[in-house]
Amino acid sequence: MQKLGKQTIKFDNPITITETCSIVGPKEGEGPLSKYFDKYVEDEFWEEKTWEKAESKFIKETVNSCITKSGIPSNTIDYCFAGDLLNQCISSSFGLRELAIPFYGIFGACSTFVEGMQLASVFIDGNAANHALCAASSHFCSAEKQFRFPLELGNQRPPSAQWTVTGSGAALLSKNGKGPFITTITTGKIVDMGIKDANSMGAAMAPAALDTLITHFKDTGRNPSYYDAILTGDLGHIGKEILTELAETKGYNIKNNYNDCGVLIFDKNEQDVHSGGSGCGCCATVFSGYVFNMLKQKKYKKILLIATGALTNSTTSQQGESIPGIAHAVSIEV
Amino acid sequence: MKPINTPKEYQEYVDKKTPNSPITRNCIYAFIVGGFICCIGQFIMEICKYRGLNTEISSTIVSIILIFISMFLTALNLFNKIGKFAGAGSLVPITGFANSIVSPAMEYKSEGYVMGVGAKMFTVAGPVLVYGISTSVLVGILYLIFNTQSITLV
Amino acid sequence: MDFFNNIDWSMLIKAFVVGGLICVIGQILIDKTKLTPARILVIFVTSGAILGGLGIYQKLINFAGAGASVPLTGFGNLLAKGAIEKVKSDGLIGAFTGGISAASAGITAAIVFGYIASLISKPKIKKQ
Repeated sequence: MQKLGKQTIKFDNPITITETCSIVGPKEGEGPLSKYFDKYVEDEFWEEKTWEKAESKFIKETVNSCITKSGIPSNTIDYCFAGDLLNQCISSSFGLRELAIPFYGIFGACSTFVEGMQLASVFIDGNAANHALCAASSHFCSAEKQFRFPLELGNQRPPSAQWTVTGSGAALLSKNGKGPFITTITTGKIVDMGIKDANSMGAAMAPAALDTLITHFKDTGRNPSYYDAILTGDLGHIGKEILTELAETKGYNIKNNYNDCGVLIFDKNEQDVHSGGSGCGCCATVFSGYVFNMLKQKKYKKILLIATGALTNSTTSQQGESIPGIAHAVSIEV
Repeated sequence: MKPINTPKEYQEYVDKKTPNSPITRNCIYAFIVGGFICCIGQFIMEICKYRGLNTEISSTIVSIILIFISMFLTALNLFNKIGKFAGAGSLVPITGFANSIVSPAMEYKSEGYVMGVGAKMFTVAGPVLVYGISTSVLVGILYLIFNTQSITLV
Repeated sequence: MDFFNNIDWSMLIKAFVVGGLICVIGQILIDKTKLTPARILVIFVTSGAILGGLGIYQKLINFAGAGASVPLTGFGNLLAKGAIEKVKSDGLIGAFTGGISAASAGITAAIVFGYIASLISKPKIKKQ
């Protein structure tokens, strides 16, 4: 592998995404991407007693079925990188405690999935692994409980609020294979433009996405038209508009091929999700379900996936701190 | 559009981009639902009055019944739907106070009946009691100091 | 129907209008200030207690009945009024006992019903 510019790594032997899997909750199952997910469950508890257990089950089942689908024996998988939003990443560590694959628990807020893909790619290209798994999950109910209010509280959500995706996505990356290939990765910097409102996550993360986007183009010498699609993780409707306009002021026109996973996963008019989807599971399920399918069918040949994360928790937001954002990008080509 | 460089410029830009809540519609719903809840309260008052109860007892009965209704709707997973539609219309009456106790009690049941239900019950309503009770003590002490017939300013 | 002849219909209308207007104030606070529900409730209970202490709120209750006593400002007024009553009879100690004794029914009902709800029901996703 070689370093391009300041933040980008280019792989000499591109990493193959062998298999993906996504399992989502009931609301996502009613959304426009329904048919692309491997499975959706009707009950947000998924027969478990708590939200936390349900979220663990999502990631566990997703990872297991990803391994089964790929046909690769699980004892030949060298590493697993996984993370989520709950305190100390408990959904991943509890969900995957019986997996018996060397495990890295990672946290990048909603950018976790791509962070995992980046680390796995580097491990594979550095000959430390033949196969590596990456996974991420989120659950609307456990996230509401931890970050906002009890579910039954009769409060109103402002128009800028986003809806945490219930679901989990997993991808198995391999050294050898026929693609789709991860060709470059761009690691993001933490960017904080001083947004304090915990209900406008899209606006808080958009500057980080912009930074990573521009750095990626500068480092690789590519321009927006190189890609069939540029996808951000969970900026939502408001964040998407902001990123498009900010990119334009920097001289990059992404209007034609840019979209956001949080915009794609729900139907804004039908599903009352205000500014769109969010959470680790948003980017993970949309990529593992919809985008991977498009790549397989060669409807997309070159994509740039930029997962965005808001690095905040409920204590810092109560203490009046602003919300730092981060965005990690991978370019995937068929 | 001009390039944005400082957090202040960005905040102003974001404020412009963020849609406002539909305040007129929300206020109309809040008025109707809030008014309706108070109207139910008054109706119960009238029943109590007809039965010959005094005002104090009547308004205590009103509170208990409304709190019960609120608990009932919360337990049926209906209150949040009303709240989403009515906003302050269901939050500001005593129903909102009851909902703010019942909803965390249900949510944190998974952490057990002592540290879950018992302790987390007041995550939202606790501040209401703290400030309400503290203010009442202050009012009582001020009344004692000035010791007039009643501290009427109007 | 003797009961229906005895209802003071004008009170019902006044309760509707005054209660509705108090809620509209709350709605404006929610939409214009991004305050959380807990803060809104605190503002209402505190301002109710202050207005009650000044003797203003009771006039509103006399006018609109449940329209003024059912919103949380009425709960604040109840606390303040209770404290004053007890100060009149018991002196300083009354400032500490009065508030909660007056509001005891509401607080107890909310706690007990909350506990019962946690026994019989569990939260569900907001599916809309």
